[in-house]
Amino acid sequence: MTQPDLDPAIETVQLLTPEGTRVADTRYDPRVAHLDADALRRFYADMVLTRRFDTEATALQRQGELGLFTPSLGQEAAQIGSAHALAPQDFVFPAYREHGVLHVRGLDLTDVLKQFRGVDHGGWDPAEHGVHLFTLVVGAHPLHAVGYAMGLQRDGVVGTGDPQRDAGVIAYLGDGATSQGDVNEALVFAGVSDAPVVFFVQNNQWAISVPVSGQSKVPLAQRGLGFGIPTVRVDGNDVLACYAVTAEAMERARSGGGPTFVEAVTYRMGAHTTSDDPLRYRDEAEVAAWRAKDPIDRLRHYLESAGELPAGFLADLDERAEALARHVRDAVHAMVPPPAASMFDHVYATPHALVDAERAWFTDYQASFEDGGVR
Amino acid sequence: MTTTADRTGTAATAVATEKVTLARAITLGLRAALAGDPKVLLMGEDIGRLGGVFRVTDGLQAEFGPDRVVDTPLAESGIVGTAIGLAMRGYRPVCEIQFDGFVFPAFDQITTMLAKLHARSRGRITVPVVIRIPYGGGIGAVEHHSESPEVLFAHTAGLRVVTPSTPADAYTMIQEAIASPDPVIFLEPKGRYWDKAEVALTPYGTPGAGLDRARVVRSGTDLTVVAYGPTVHTALKAAQVAAEEGTSLEVIDLRTISPLDHATVVESVRGTGRCVVVHEASVSHGVGAEVAARVTEECFYELEAPVLRVGGFHTPYPPSRIEHEYLPSVDRVLDAVDRAMAH
Ligand SMILES: Cc1ncc(C[n+]2csc(CCOP(=O)(O)OP(=O)(O)O)c2C)c(N)n1
Repeated sequence: MTQPDLDPAIETVQLLTPEGTRVADTRYDPRVAHLDADALRRFYADMVLTRRFDTEATALQRQGELGLFTPSLGQEAAQIGSAHALAPQDFVFPAYREHGVLHVRGLDLTDVLKQFRGVDHGGWDPAEHGVHLFTLVVGAHPLHAVGYAMGLQRDGVVGTGDPQRDAGVIAYLGDGATSQGDVNEALVFAGVSDAPVVFFVQNNQWAISVPVSGQSKVPLAQRGLGFGIPTVRVDGNDVLACYAVTAEAMERARSGGGPTFVEAVTYRMGAHTTSDDPLRYRDEAEVAAWRAKDPIDRLRHYLESAGELPAGFLADLDERAEALARHVRDAVHAMVPPPAASMFDHVYATPHALVDAERAWFTDYQASFEDGGVR
Repeated sequence: MTTTADRTGTAATAVATEKVTLARAITLGLRAALAGDPKVLLMGEDIGRLGGVFRVTDGLQAEFGPDRVVDTPLAESGIVGTAIGLAMRGYRPVCEIQFDGFVFPAFDQITTMLAKLHARSRGRITVPVVIRIPYGGGIGAVEHHSESPEVLFAHTAGLRVVTPSTPADAYTMIQEAIASPDPVIFLEPKGRYWDKAEVALTPYGTPGAGLDRARVVRSGTDLTVVAYGPTVHTALKAAQVAAEEGTSLEVIDLRTISPLDHATVVESVRGTGRCVVVHEASVSHGVGAEVAARVTEECFYELEAPVLRVGGFHTPYPPSRIEHEYLPSVDRVLDAVDRAMAH
């Protein structure tokens, strides 16, 4: 049933068709005009490497080396395209499956696996690559992104016109997360404060077993409009389009133009996590239909038809992917549990009598076993 | 499946028993409630088609329909808030929170609204909402999936807080929770979801042991171990080891955290003279402190040793590869037993 009052006719930005044909777009073509074949091959390689990482991490979970894993399979274009549109001084708030974004930001992806191996709750230094830790509480972090962006405003690094200086923030979230009160509050705060923040919603159609129709009666993109936030919907499996809309949105943020809401329409090709069994709730036919819109195939077709995917590049990429897989395996195998007493570290930034007393008790208690102990 | 006579022994009311897991016992309890009262409905994330991430609601949507087993949007405050409205309209909503660490978006609705409406309306409004929360650790999970938030609720007047430790209790207590006119926080020890035992499948409305009663699950003479939920199992194992070493432990399963059944604990400690409380939650400001205070007050002259507590530390729940150092183990319980017995 169509409800004309609720349809603001938001178009979906697409620069590459599923078959890999370039379509013209007067608004977004200029955003990608500078991307030469090398840049596009870089996008391609990053998507392939992210997928290889995904496959390897999934296998490691199956082998019992990881407790859990959150695959990004199918969402590579949304992640790689948007991440390439970020400046080094921008700051990223990921959810928990943005492996592609982290890869583009220069993180060693094995850091992600520390959490899934159960040896660390974080895994990296957020300041090093401008990427906050994963947030597993769905929808909690967009508020942090807005607050961080409000800090940028106060620091005078928004709208100075200096491209090396102006900074913005991007928050990644899922379709399910848009239902959370905290996310809606984040949109309110961003709207009224003109915060330099981009809400990048990867609508992968499913929040575990609940389809997006269980979260919203209207296209998610419309959520932004209701908060007075400029909104764009993009083909999330089109890496070029994702790059273009994010570039525009981040430029708006950095230049002082305020927030943007992006709905990237994509698909979670794999399970929600390795603990999930999607066969219980969705059709193989639906998955097959999306497989035909695969983000990596799409760019490959485009580059191939332009004669820009030489055999040497592909062979080299294969080797890089295998090297990455080996690195992931080796790194995971080498991840040992931290010393148990480390749980008492950093609970507070200043000494805390109770924590100190408990650490002392625990250390003595452990030592009692090492001495051959009472038991 | 076997059939036994129920407590009254009359053949006419013979009750089927089935050997099931704790998780399945809750499924069957929910099913009995859905079948027994048309006002009962379940709501939560992924509970319908998927049957919940632990499959506790498996098959219930197919059987009772999407109006009674509702897949909600992803918003815990929304789940509990709308449950309150449904309860005001005469329904008995049973909300599932997917994991302990995800109840907090609903904390406002639970503590400021759900807990207080009955008192604020001077008894005119009842809000018979049950909030089911899988809680506790030891399952090798990532952050926010292993926590024990019971005292946050127990500290709030107006909420009942209960937790079964066996399939049989899980089956009856979930039904008693649903039948209760009070809001009930129903904590499910997820680490024991797969424990199996024989359960008598009594019909909805059959009186059970009560939602406000602790139970002595092992008799002993030297020391009382007070436990609940996941730590009952640990306490019983410790009692077995202690028995081999010549120490006789009495084990109490609290079953309810609010109200606490102090009478059962006090009576036991008057007999043993010693008490150790075990829970996964951080010891500081915890249930153990509450038990210790009451035991000290009421058993002062019978006590042979200070009441000791064994539990989590004042730290965030640690990464899973070291969680077993955080959780109260049989060894740590026995260490406390030794210290108490040394007095
Ligand atoms: C507050 C909270 N509630 C529930 C969960 C359990 N949970 C984890 S992911 C998820 C679905 C999230 O869906 P979506 O936001 O669409 O992101 P996706 O996982 O599809 O990337 C749920 C319900 C959680 N982590 N946090």
